[in-house]
Amino acid sequence: MSTVTATGTTAARADRSHPTRRGVASLGPGRRPGKFGPGKRRLRGEARLHPLVWVFVVAVMSFSLVPFYWLINTSLKTGSSLGEGELFPSQPTLDNYVSVFGSSEFLLAMRNSVIIAVVTTCVALIFASFAAYALARLKMRRKGLILTLILSVTTFPAIAIAAPMFSIWREIGLYDTLPGLIIPKLTFALPLAIYTLTSFFREIPRELEESAYIDGASPFQAFRKVILPLAVPGLATTAILVFISVWNEFLLAVTLTTSPAARPVPVAIAFFNGTSEFDQPLGTISAASVIITVPLVVLVLVCQKRIVSGMTAGAVKG
Amino acid sequence: MTLKTLSPGPRPAGDVRSKRRTSLGRSGLKASGTNVRDRAERRLAVRMTAPSLILMALVAAVPIGYALWLSLNQYSVRTAGLSRFVGLDNYSSALASHEWWAAFGQTFLFAGLSVSLELVLGTAMALLLNLAFKGRALLRTVVLLPYAIVTVVSAITWETMFQPNLGLVTNVLSALGLPGGDVAWLGEQGYAMAVIVLADVWKTTPFAALLILAGLQVISAETYEAAELDGAGKWQTFVHITLPLLRPAIVLAAIFRTMDALRVFDLPFVLTRGANGTESMSMLAYSQLRENRLIGEGSALSILTFLTVMAVSIVYIRFAGGNIREVAKEDQ
Repeated sequence: MSTVTATGTTAARADRSHPTRRGVASLGPGRRPGKFGPGKRRLRGEARLHPLVWVFVVAVMSFSLVPFYWLINTSLKTGSSLGEGELFPSQPTLDNYVSVFGSSEFLLAMRNSVIIAVVTTCVALIFASFAAYALARLKMRRKGLILTLILSVTTFPAIAIAAPMFSIWREIGLYDTLPGLIIPKLTFALPLAIYTLTSFFREIPRELEESAYIDGASPFQAFRKVILPLAVPGLATTAILVFISVWNEFLLAVTLTTSPAARPVPVAIAFFNGTSEFDQPLGTISAASVIITVPLVVLVLVCQKRIVSGMTAGAVKG
Repeated sequence: MTLKTLSPGPRPAGDVRSKRRTSLGRSGLKASGTNVRDRAERRLAVRMTAPSLILMALVAAVPIGYALWLSLNQYSVRTAGLSRFVGLDNYSSALASHEWWAAFGQTFLFAGLSVSLELVLGTAMALLLNLAFKGRALLRTVVLLPYAIVTVVSAITWETMFQPNLGLVTNVLSALGLPGGDVAWLGEQGYAMAVIVLADVWKTTPFAALLILAGLQVISAETYEAAELDGAGKWQTFVHITLPLLRPAIVLAAIFRTMDALRVFDLPFVLTRGANGTESMSMLAYSQLRENRLIGEGSALSILTFLTVMAVSIVYIRFAGGNIREVAKEDQ
């Protein structure tokens, strides 16, 4: 082990002139193996994958996709065919979708979800962009402590916030209202936004501020006029992540609402589910699930790179 | 400050240095006259972080403090506003109850099973995504899809998969003559937990995989080349080079996933309502609070849940995560 690494450094030093593995990989599969000698410098798995690896690829893809297929399959069935496990619905019908869109409760829940997610995301982003910039770039005391505190809030169990909020909101009349949901949701949206944005601000080259300072800008002007415009991609990524997490959040939403007036989509679907243990309208529930999943799937397809970079931001540094 | 203006080049990545620079700036405060901007910067930093910190204190610290107070009282179920101080009674009765310890054990069982599956599968997925092959981009997109799904929907998805007659899994099992085909999975002890674990693994393995993949990608190609030149086999390379270098990323994924798994609520709520050995700590607190209207007891249970999760995170940071401290160090 130790010899491997020891020789590793020397070999690495001697090898600097060669393109890195990843660089070569981007040349694509058209590159002839053996060009750099007898397989010594071949890319990891670049030339030919072991058949077992392909089996694994297919298995992973199926594991990810088949449940989606089954959800869609179920949503196209009604009545007695819901009791059968047909691979393809013999009489596919859109009845379930029609009844979901005909349900005022579902439409109201959609409206609630959109309002809650948009408002929470905007508020969190405004507050977080200031805090994150200060934490990423400005001189400040107890920065490490503040960031640790912020990070630890994201691990709080939501029930510890929901339980007291339930009592407080009922006393001051915010129970079962949209603001009554937006405020506690900030508990988790804000630290997530601060943490993600901080790592994005760190990536912006420092020279930009230096030159703004030389031009006579104050630190705040440097932030507003130079850094903020450059941070738009990071802000967008953060917005997507916060939006998804607020949209998905369930515990606060179910504890702090009691009527369709303020219920967001996940809660509405869950209670759709819970009318009776034995006669579940699984077809309609599946249709509603498909409907609220489509926008998220589109979001993933369009913003995949952003989501990945945001998810891993700050976690592992290169 | 002076250091900053003197070296306009790209700042070296070493964060130790930035820390040193801060202390230099602080000690040089009285000596040099260029510290006006330094002080302005610090003041600005406080002003920029204060709104967020105040907001977080209002939405996180105040409620938890209030929950502590609630948990020390008993509230009348019949007459609103009627309460009496009972000290730690709610805690002692919770800790003496079978329900709490059952929920405690089930939550840890769920977390242990799902997180270990997610780490193993996530590492495998990450290795796969790190290979250069046609279709890698497609694989990454496909793998990412379950992650964006609303948890409630992932619960419903797996409910459809395991429904006795309708479900794909149950049908396949009975077609193959395997056990489990004629089981109402969500209605049976053990089976219900398996479905919940599976639904969680399905949704959150991508997160673990992407964190670990990010860790894989920072291992330099030269390290591998050197190992290859030294004649290390694929397995040897994996065990002696990849895994040790991946450790920080895996530990980080483990921490994030464990903290999340210990607060599990949505999946059992939708799939079983906590029946058949699936009630989690959060669910127990919820049902005492909302369904039984026992505010004092429910608050005590939610504080106990909170303390349990925090204790686990401290244990993690102490024993497993030198790298969490490194993350914190980077932040200074």
